[in-house]
Amino acid sequence: MKMIEVRNLRKQYPNHLAVEDVSFEVAEGEIFGILGPNGAGKTTTVECVAGLRKHDGGTVRVAGLDPRAQRDELREVLGMQLQSAELPEKIKVWEAMDLYASFYPDPANWQELLERVGLAGKHDTLFKNLSGGQRQRLSVALALVGRPRVAVLDELTTGLDPQARRDTWALVEQVRDSGVTIVLVTHFMEEAERLCDRLALIDAGKVVATDTPAGLIAQVGGDQRLRFRPTAPVADDVLLALPEVREVSRNGDQIVVTGTGNLAPAVTLALADRQIVPTDLRIEQATLDDAFLALTGRKLS
Amino acid sequence: MKLLLLETKLHLRDWPSMLFTIGLPVGLLVVLGFSIPGFTEQQESGERIVDTHMPSSMALLALLTLSCSVLPAVMATYRQQGVLRRMSTTPVHPSRLLGVQLLINLAVGAVSTALLIVVAWLAFGSAPPRQWAGFVLVFLLGSAALMALGLVIAALAPNAKSAPGIGSAVMFPLMFLGGIWVPREIMPDALRTVSDYSVAGPFAQALKDTWAGHPPQLMHLVVVAAGLVIFGGLAVRLFRWE
Repeated sequence: MKMIEVRNLRKQYPNHLAVEDVSFEVAEGEIFGILGPNGAGKTTTVECVAGLRKHDGGTVRVAGLDPRAQRDELREVLGMQLQSAELPEKIKVWEAMDLYASFYPDPANWQELLERVGLAGKHDTLFKNLSGGQRQRLSVALALVGRPRVAVLDELTTGLDPQARRDTWALVEQVRDSGVTIVLVTHFMEEAERLCDRLALIDAGKVVATDTPAGLIAQVGGDQRLRFRPTAPVADDVLLALPEVREVSRNGDQIVVTGTGNLAPAVTLALADRQIVPTDLRIEQATLDDAFLALTGRKLS
Repeated sequence: MKLLLLETKLHLRDWPSMLFTIGLPVGLLVVLGFSIPGFTEQQESGERIVDTHMPSSMALLALLTLSCSVLPAVMATYRQQGVLRRMSTTPVHPSRLLGVQLLINLAVGAVSTALLIVVAWLAFGSAPPRQWAGFVLVFLLGSAALMALGLVIAALAPNAKSAPGIGSAVMFPLMFLGGIWVPREIMPDALRTVSDYSVAGPFAQALKDTWAGHPPQLMHLVVVAAGLVIFGGLAVRLFRWE
């Protein structure tokens, strides 16, 4: 079932066109990523989906609801964690949860929710004394307290240290496992690759491509690159004879082999036949960054 | 209801604002009343300054601080921090938070004023407002007009930091025109005419009149009510939630 359908979304601000033409669909239970550089229109897109902004063109449906006409119903179906939204400094964690729970007709048990996001021990802590990661986890908990079917998480891990980022990723996966459909807005390639079932690459207000992370990478050719130092000299021809190899270049005593398919096993086997060991072997695969570069001609970050 | 309770708690946790809006006016009344000999002496009119002028001026001080400084600072901060935006993702519109803030500030103003009445009576034997119904009406009307002005300030402030500055720039002239420093009776005619149309001036005068037992002057009520309509309309048009 389609949880979210966006068709030809368009949003014009007084002095610039934030979203020109964005279409995508999100299936129930998916983690759907919206990936793109800063200023690509990601946030505007999800704000239109969440009914925080009125779009000028196209159609948006969330669980069959029109965010413009059915704002109130939408609020009960969709929870949103906003980019850099804070709380009053002197509010305690439990007070925020209790308050936001009171906004919904059928809220989740917020004590349980605090435990799930790992903040049970911070029950009485003031918001201003929480770390960045703790604030984000509280934000996620607040977005979930109304028991939404869809959660929109906007730049959830921006500004977090690597450990806090990994903890937050684990939390997102856990939320999905509880049956909530997730829309994840991010400009981190690694995050999108790790978490998203499918994602839309957005650039300059348009969707460049929509696919699984592996599918997007495959779209740009899926070239792999092998770097190693052979224990004995190898002629280029030996390697070029392999069907997987497309190109061989040398960098001092280092050999760089570019190709596709099962490149690494093919090359190491061919070397082993000649009693040569590839030392310092490194395998580089194309990333979403490369896919983005190939599709737009611009770097993601 | 939970929102009202919680925001009240947050307000009480912000003790400097409580000090300025409840402690300072009462403290000034007591300290100035006892230390400046003229304040407890009978004037030509037969009244003492601590009878009506001082307590009603201090009530105006409390209300101006609440409306021009506390309220805009809180609302501009909530807007800048995204508290209002976060609330607009829930089924409860952030206007509820605004309403709660207005109520709390009005309540603090009422507590401050009530305390002034009691302390003036205990410390100086000043009689409580004699025209009490008129006093309450004037208090509510004037407070509403000043709160609406506070919301205009909150709307115009580009960020949380600038709100108190803009608030002070509005508040100090209004204190002056309201006769807190120079009583309206001894203002030069031109200045008093300006004061008559400054909302704070007629508000202060009407508080004082009803305190002394006279009915408020119609013109004063009209100016304050006009202020409420104008500031209220501007606030509705200008206020931004994000």
